Amino acid sequence: MHVEVRGLNKSFGSFQAVKDVGFSVEKGQLIGLLGPSGGGKTSILRMLAGLETPDSGDIVFHGQRVNDLPPQERGIGFVFQNYALFKHMTVSENIAFGLEVKKWNKAKIKERVANLTELTGLKGFESRYPHQLSGGQRQRVAFARALAPEPQLLLLDEPFAAIDAKIRHELRSWLREMIDRLGITSIFVTHDQDEAIEVADEIMIINKGNLEQKGSPWEIYKDPKTPFVAGFIGESRIVDNIAELRGFADAAATSGTKGLIRPEYIEIGRKEEFAQLLSATEAGRVSHIHFRGSEWLVEVEVGGIKLVTYRSLEKEVLHPGDEVQVLVHRAYLFNDNQSWVMENKLKADPMFVYI
Amino acid sequence: MTVRRLWIGLTTLIFAVLLIVPLLRIVQGAFDNGWSGFSAGITRPEALHALLMTGIIAVSVTIVNTVFGVMLSLYLVRANWLGKRLKAVMNAIVDLPFAVSPVIGGLMIVLLLGPDSAVGALLGRAGVDIVYALPGMILATLFVTFPIVIREVMPVLQEVGSQQEEAAHMMGAYAWTTFWRVTWPLIRWSVVYGVILTVARCLGEFGAVLVVSGNIINKTQTATTLVYQDVENFDLTAANAVALVLAAASVLLLLVMEWSKSRKEVH
Repeated sequence: MHVEVRGLNKSFGSFQAVKDVGFSVEKGQLIGLLGPSGGGKTSILRMLAGLETPDSGDIVFHGQRVNDLPPQERGIGFVFQNYALFKHMTVSENIAFGLEVKKWNKAKIKERVANLTELTGLKGFESRYPHQLSGGQRQRVAFARALAPEPQLLLLDEPFAAIDAKIRHELRSWLREMIDRLGITSIFVTHDQDEAIEVADEIMIINKGNLEQKGSPWEIYKDPKTPFVAGFIGESRIVDNIAELRGFADAAATSGTKGLIRPEYIEIGRKEEFAQLLSATEAGRVSHIHFRGSEWLVEVEVGGIKLVTYRSLEKEVLHPGDEVQVLVHRAYLFNDNQSWVMENKLKADPMFVYI
Repeated sequence: MTVRRLWIGLTTLIFAVLLIVPLLRIVQGAFDNGWSGFSAGITRPEALHALLMTGIIAVSVTIVNTVFGVMLSLYLVRANWLGKRLKAVMNAIVDLPFAVSPVIGGLMIVLLLGPDSAVGALLGRAGVDIVYALPGMILATLFVTFPIVIREVMPVLQEVGSQQEEAAHMMGAYAWTTFWRVTWPLIRWSVVYGVILTVARCLGEFGAVLVVSGNIINKTQTATTLVYQDVENFDLTAANAVALVLAAASVLLLLVMEWSKSRKEVH
């Protein structure tokens, strides 16, 4: 289903939860609504579902405005955060509910329930009650139940929030695969950036009721449009006096410009590790190191600027106090009026002599 | 150790003195002239009439308060078209009958609908008696038992939340289907609990009914007001007989309630 949203607003009392949000979703896409808790993601999802009425704006499915359509008529499958399974019904009764409401005939219902339990790997659990299932199984029942009436759009509110880390990982790829196979347009809400980046075709970053940016995970990572997006994706540090860093002197052209640098934008090492890029590096001192399981997280000081970066376990181990060379590949610069990505000027021209 | 024993002993003693001894005394009193005394006390025309009145009041009040109690609970918990502040005020007013003495509740009905009031006079001219008649007694008992079902159902509705209902909406179920297939199974046992307490309260209601009914024998007398009148007339055997019937009914109901409570934990 093609979904289009224009100028959506919603307030709860004096709190404006959603501010002038507009976007469109192509058929068959999986979209992640990503942002901090309380940012308005769930409100947007609930308005799409018809569970909340927008103060203004249009919601258009297939070119038809559905604002006045009740949730019952929208043909949407909804997976709730805590699954909201009917606790007095068994797994198969839960899945059959929507079909019984739609007055399917008994034989067809039986067949559809059997198909869905098969598809979601719940075979053998048909006559269990929700309290007899594990978190992951409940999640899958909720998913099967939402899919049963053959919806055209699937909405998922924090679908993995209540599941432990390991199972969450498996379920994520399972869900992605399932949605690909069914080709159903899906929108899910999450506050976990890894989840959104890993699963979604496109991410919408929502903050304080605003849609900050919409794009593929790679676009959002590579080319953040607002300081919030730049800061939200990845672990990053804001550097107030970015112009003092070697290669970023141009940043001083506009006063008040700050820089945001992600750990992966930075390389550190001994002088001999850099070869001809040495002229673009800056001398720094390691202040702390943290073991992160698969890599080192190194905190380094360059002049008065504190930066963080990763270092491979394959390389020579650094220690606090070590003198190292620091190469900042790029920085995300922003001031009150604009924001842009700046590459290290000296890196582009290794023969440049810095005076 | 001895202190603990002392407390256990004291608690048992109070339980016995307050609850068991009176019950035994009623049984003994009802049968102090043997079975014939008891059956005579019960089968007097005024006793049969009084028990019938109590029965009619209990059934009608329970039906009305259950239906409207469940509906009001749903509105107070779920309706977002009711303002938050209005909900809080209504929620507080629901408890009014618990806070106000039943006698005063009865008096309010007499003042509002009695023969001396405008509405009462108007209705009286139309041939409808409210006060000193069955409708007034039902009204008074409705007032007294109004909060019971609501106080049982509301916390359960709040606890289960609205997500299961919203899930049903998303699957195409409208309000009626959602209520019967999703909400009702969730609140069923708390409604049963509220119904039982309401019936028990109807059987035992005295003050409000006494004020409203005028306690006219064979006309507006209920079982409790008959017991009161028998005691006044020093007909203790008859009083105990009727009291025993009421007590037995109440005990039975409370046993049913205990059973339903254990059922509630199944889900």
